[in-house]
Amino acid sequence: MLAGISLVLFTILALAPGDPFEELAANPNVPREVAQALRHQYGLDDPVAVRYVRWFGAMVHGDWGFSFVSRVNVSTLIWQRLPTSLFVLGTAQALAILIALPIGTLSAVRPYSFFDQVATTLAFIGFSLPTFFTGLLFILFFSIYLGWLPFIYRADISATGWEWWWEHIRQAIMPVAVLGLAQGAGLTRFVRSAVLEVIRLDYINTARAKGLSEKVTIVKHGVRNALIPVVTLLALQIPTIFTGAVITEQIFRVPGIGSLLISSILANDTPVIMAVTFVYSCLVVTFTLLVDMLYGWLDPRITYG
Amino acid sequence: MATNAPPLAAALALDAQPAARSLWGETFRRFRRHRLATVGAAILIVMVMAMLAGPLVYRVPIDEIDFKAKLKGPSWTHPLGTDDLGQDLLARMLYGGRISLAVGIAAMLIAIVIGVAVGAASGHFGGAADHTLMRITDLFISLPQLPLLLLIVYLFRDTLKKVLGPEAGIFIMIVVVIGGLRWMPVARLVRAQFLSLREKEFVEAARSLGAPALRQVARHILPNALGPVIVAGTIDVAAAIIAESSLSFLGLGFPPDIPTWGRILFDAKDNLDFAPHWAIFPGTAIFLTVLSINYIGDGLRDALDPRKVLGH
Repeated sequence: MLAGISLVLFTILALAPGDPFEELAANPNVPREVAQALRHQYGLDDPVAVRYVRWFGAMVHGDWGFSFVSRVNVSTLIWQRLPTSLFVLGTAQALAILIALPIGTLSAVRPYSFFDQVATTLAFIGFSLPTFFTGLLFILFFSIYLGWLPFIYRADISATGWEWWWEHIRQAIMPVAVLGLAQGAGLTRFVRSAVLEVIRLDYINTARAKGLSEKVTIVKHGVRNALIPVVTLLALQIPTIFTGAVITEQIFRVPGIGSLLISSILANDTPVIMAVTFVYSCLVVTFTLLVDMLYGWLDPRITYG
Repeated sequence: MATNAPPLAAALALDAQPAARSLWGETFRRFRRHRLATVGAAILIVMVMAMLAGPLVYRVPIDEIDFKAKLKGPSWTHPLGTDDLGQDLLARMLYGGRISLAVGIAAMLIAIVIGVAVGAASGHFGGAADHTLMRITDLFISLPQLPLLLLIVYLFRDTLKKVLGPEAGIFIMIVVVIGGLRWMPVARLVRAQFLSLREKEFVEAARSLGAPALRQVARHILPNALGPVIVAGTIDVAAAIIAESSLSFLGLGFPPDIPTWGRILFDAKDNLDFAPHWAIFPGTAIFLTVLSINYIGDGLRDALDPRKVLGH
């Protein structure tokens, strides 16, 4: 799959007009022969297939070149920022699951009750609210109106000990909440409909008839089986999660790879842009694999190889 | 069809329904029973009317700079306030809304056309073609959408601007890219519909009557596969509007002189503390549009599924 994605990326790159040496060619101080030699040295005159293999090899090895703007290795830049991104993303995802599982299940257990109506409506609203607008509303309310939370995420907090932790948690609340709520809203809908499907099945009746408590019936027999279709949908959602992450990072100026992508696009920093897009592709593939493994755990009928 | 088969049809009609309705009349009737979808449709119609007719009535130019009135909240002269150059927000939002909606609809059409074509080909031919097309669909599903969108915008922006002019170039690029990254759900839906429909009796009947493949597909299978496609298309409009707004919000969509809602938000976000109205109005407009469209999609899903028994 990664090979496929990289092929798409490379095609886009190859189709794109202009090349990295355009500036060199336009620069009168660089003799033509030197520019030619450079092009040759970097293999820009080779056939497309050869270039693809070489490019993909370099990408996989983490050999991403130098940033035009900050003059450091692209990989250094990315490794600096990746943990922050993953932290925000992971916490947000955990929050989304923590919201979606109980609410979705409760909604499904009592369909069309008052609780269900409220939850479904809120989920619908949350799912229609774009992250950039929720983010701005959060900043407006919690940072500007109430003044509780900082709206800029800083990696260089000077405090130490408990205070350091406290500052970190405080600044992470809003980005995590924005991303988590957006994810949670969609997920709640999935969980609700999945549990609703499962709960009508015969084995739920059997479990009840055996005299199991309602809680055990729903949680152990119902939810666990309902999770199988939820996980399927979750796997399909993974690329979307990263979309929300890029926007959230940009709003709260979280120093992650999403905001790195935006700033490097604004600064025309091609190597960084390519590398970040590639890292995102890798993340999508990795997370999809993880979800697939989760699948095997949920559904013992599935075996691998 | 049923109208000129008098006795039986008449008896049935008397029994079941007070009056015979066309398919779309029936859909509309079922749609109206979804209260929130009806409200959503009403809100959307009002907004669309405002965008289309608004600039004819409300004749404030979108780019009139007035530093004396900059960053003012809502007032009688500027119903939604002004931005940092004193430009009227209502006028800008009415104009930007047209573009946001146009992007949404155009991108949806592209997504639907590609999706139906891929899905139909996949479902109709089966075998190796099906396998290849579904692999490609899976590949597209696993692309990281926004980073890719940004990459394409970054790489192709300048050339398209040169070739087609700044506005048309950006519009076409954004629409094509958003549509080109959103056709996969439609393709899967259409394929699934084709797989089940082509085994149905009425298609078999058409086949045994010697209908050529194209006629079977266009006349018998496709119309019956349309319901889910319409629903997916509706929701795609909302998704495309969000995608366009996201791009513009990141400063990488339309240029500043084309005030789409996302672009207004992008300009407003650094002035949140002293001009909150500047961000709240366009944000609410995006939210209301998307929410309405999503509810309409929900209502259509219920209305177009004849097997679904509606509660209440």
